[in-house]
Amino acid sequence: MTRRHFLGVGAAGTGVVGASVLGFDLAHASEVKQTLRIDGATVSRSVCPYCAVGCSLLAYTKEQDDGHVELLQLEGDPDSPVNEGTLCPKGASSLELAISRRRVPSPMYREPGAEEWQEVSWDFALDQLARRIKESRDRTFVGQDADGNVVNRCEGIAFAGGAAFSSEEGYFATKLMRGLGLVHLEQQARV
Amino acid sequence: MTNHWRDIQHADLILVNGANPAEAHPVGFRWMMRAKTERGAKMVHADPRFTRTSAVADMHVRIRTGTDVAYFGGLINYVLSNELFHREYVEWATNAGFVVSPDYQFDDGLFNGFDEATGTYDTTAWAYETEAGGHAKVDIDHPRSVLNLLRQHYSRYTPEMVERITGIPQDQFLEVAQMVGEMGRPDKVMTIVYAVGLTHHTTGVQLIRSGAILQLLLGNMGRPGGGMNAERGHANIQGNTDHAISWEILPGYLRIPAPGQRDLTDYVDESASPKLSGLAENFFGENYRKFMVSLLKTWYGDAATADNEFAFAYVPKPAENSSWISIYDQALRGRMEGVMLSGMTATSIGPDSNQVLQALSNLKWLCVMDAFATTSSEFWRAPGMNPADIQTEVFMLPATHWIEKDGSFVNSGRWSQWKDQVIPPEGQSMHDHWMMAELFLRVRELYEQQGGKYPDPIRDLTLDYADPRKPLLDELAQEINGRNLTTGERMESFADLLDDGTTTAGDWIYTGSYPESGNQMKRRDGVQDPEANDPTGMGFYHNWAWSWPANRRVLYNRASADPQGRAWDPERPGIVWDASQRLWVGDVPDYPEDVPPGPEAPLPFIMTGEGTGRIFSNSVADGPFPEHYEPIESPIDNPLHPALSTTPAAFLYDEQAGRPNRFGTPDEFPYVATSYRLTEHEHYVTQHVEQLVQLQPEAFVEVPAALADEKGIANGDRVRVSSKRGKLEVRAVVTKRLGALQIDGQTVYQIGIPIHWGFVGINSGQHWLANALTPFVGDASARTPEFKAFLVNIEKM
Repeated sequence: MTRRHFLGVGAAGTGVVGASVLGFDLAHASEVKQTLRIDGATVSRSVCPYCAVGCSLLAYTKEQDDGHVELLQLEGDPDSPVNEGTLCPKGASSLELAISRRRVPSPMYREPGAEEWQEVSWDFALDQLARRIKESRDRTFVGQDADGNVVNRCEGIAFAGGAAFSSEEGYFATKLMRGLGLVHLEQQARV
Repeated sequence: MTNHWRDIQHADLILVNGANPAEAHPVGFRWMMRAKTERGAKMVHADPRFTRTSAVADMHVRIRTGTDVAYFGGLINYVLSNELFHREYVEWATNAGFVVSPDYQFDDGLFNGFDEATGTYDTTAWAYETEAGGHAKVDIDHPRSVLNLLRQHYSRYTPEMVERITGIPQDQFLEVAQMVGEMGRPDKVMTIVYAVGLTHHTTGVQLIRSGAILQLLLGNMGRPGGGMNAERGHANIQGNTDHAISWEILPGYLRIPAPGQRDLTDYVDESASPKLSGLAENFFGENYRKFMVSLLKTWYGDAATADNEFAFAYVPKPAENSSWISIYDQALRGRMEGVMLSGMTATSIGPDSNQVLQALSNLKWLCVMDAFATTSSEFWRAPGMNPADIQTEVFMLPATHWIEKDGSFVNSGRWSQWKDQVIPPEGQSMHDHWMMAELFLRVRELYEQQGGKYPDPIRDLTLDYADPRKPLLDELAQEINGRNLTTGERMESFADLLDDGTTTAGDWIYTGSYPESGNQMKRRDGVQDPEANDPTGMGFYHNWAWSWPANRRVLYNRASADPQGRAWDPERPGIVWDASQRLWVGDVPDYPEDVPPGPEAPLPFIMTGEGTGRIFSNSVADGPFPEHYEPIESPIDNPLHPALSTTPAAFLYDEQAGRPNRFGTPDEFPYVATSYRLTEHEHYVTQHVEQLVQLQPEAFVEVPAALADEKGIANGDRVRVSSKRGKLEVRAVVTKRLGALQIDGQTVYQIGIPIHWGFVGINSGQHWLANALTPFVGDASARTPEFKAFLVNIEKM
């Protein structure tokens, strides 16, 4: 049975049918203007944060009265030669990831032996960490190895990660960490 | 990938090994389905499990995990024995004709050059016989030609041996072989699609190489619809591999310098490939110094001059392998003080998660940069841990999401796609690169105030951004592209990079991504107008984003045309020589664009010292030809050489550190386990996404129905799965998707273990870590852990 047959709409019908067919009158409904949530939204382009197919996303945002920018919708970009508008369950639910309330709200610090986190300021966290980095680098830096080779390496600090942030951030991580003399520099590629 | 996602639609035959694309890369899988529906392509899925990929494949072959060298080796043997290889391609485009030195030996599983004391091979022992000038001798009929040695090596991989090792019945294997055997014709093309099912083994590199050798024999490398297509796992794992967040490389796959290299000359001598054939371009080798100097000039600016080897001394030179497992091994040995983790959780990834937890407890400090809590940021209060005993200081720094910043992600196909900043950072979250800039600048300030060990590289590192504490990703993208310091203009091409300090390039393979005309990664001329945007109809879409290198879509594409410059298959051309324009046309040529074909023309693989694809190769640590070895934990002895069952070059971290190995034996742990991923989860982060947790809420293991019968396990029962290193207590999903294999006369069951759960997430009861089971060992070349083949026991709880 086709939809057209079910509705009893003939060739002349354009969608508004009388009460006698459906039992209620659609004419009134058609007067209520349907507004899409994303009408008037700003459209931006993004890429899915999950796997390495690299599906392109269209992102719809609207600025609210209080200045807050609300992310309304993420969907596949139909123009993409890779995903042609489609997404898998992870990409299709990526809006929830983007606006998740489960995010860590502020920097946190755990003291040696402690059972709980303390909320701290960015300045505290960055200041303390920078001191740890310097101290560990000073303690574990090897300028010349046992054979007298100039090696200038920091053996006691490692950096790992990067598969989930952009290439530009990743390049920057490589540059800075090598600048500090790190040799233990890794990301998800190996695992 | 040597090719790219959309290109897979051009294949006539698709071999899927070590991958389950219908479930793990669902949208990418559409291109394999397109090949089937549009051109009648066939798909063969070799997997221990029957999955959704298998369900739509033309054949599923149940293969024992980790035995793909036997599978591909058997196919190599079949193709060679039946003379089905693409002879003209093989003679011209591979090193099949190169003669190998008489020192080369292979006996009973051992290649020449093995040093018992170090457990490593001297790879220089796998060399060619050379003529005057240092070029390799070429004679395909010589008994020691690569082709003849290859025939000898794989003559042992008969269909019967393939069955003994892999469990694939001979008649099934021969069905596959027949299909593969047709792919050596110039008008046919096959692709191999693979993922971590091949990489996650102590023989991972060789598992992959065995497929690549088959592809070279069939003439499929460099062709649309061909190639070796690695399906990578994460949104930007490709981009950040390219930008060298890896212990052994610098951006653009330059090697990290080694101790003993006093200057750039030493470095280039030891790192760059030598020219081994008169007709080899040896592009990488010949330009190595230019790429390295341009990188050093980018990083050290005015402090890098011709007089000081462009600050070569500033670059750290590792003493030894410093890869992922080493980090935690060093921590266990008390030599690692602090670790920074960014969007990555060590505890869940492991391997040997319980040992990783101990390693983290040994650190002085741990910094986690992430949007969400992870099993690493929370390690100190994981189940079984006593916080009072753990002295590690932990810093949790809330990071922004991908959508709160711009920048590019690079997919498996090397397409670098720039994304917009869609929303501003939420709350107190900070961009990872601003955190790192702050840390670096504060460390620099501390050195200025206090002095300390060798602050020079820290002092001199360039941070030429409008606000060095808040660099823009746009500024970094320009830095990566590089500049001509004389003109001030951004570089158009890496071919213009110099070694005199007048050019910069943060990553030479990205030079051309952001030239003077603008950021090419932002382009979006796609399927909205295929006629305009894909004029060749080959799916290149050259004006959608930008791919490295040079916006080339299919690597090695000179090999898509014959020595005279005509497409092997005119229906699916990569590049062809256009005599009227005197140019190579089609894809961006992987070849000098205006050099005509001819007997004296450069050979097609312009990056290698040979000028050809490398069937025999000394670039890998565990053998110039792939050989089947058993996983470290295996139910059987290697049928090929039982006395040397596993690869002698695998790295056993515990043993090397003086700790006892904890390996299970078949009598205690009779079943083979393999780990894998589900469609609905991405590693561990999706445990924070309600919709996905609802779809796949609970940890489970997949148990073959026949084994479940034996053990009285019903679907849904709680079971204990244990290895020598740890255990899981989760639900059993009893299924016929897994079955028994007959391996060398024994019945072997494989159990499937999805990885995604842990003690952090919405469903907090799911605290068991899959990687508590896996061994602390690494592949010889890559030190990738053996996540996918280990021994377990299972019992109903």
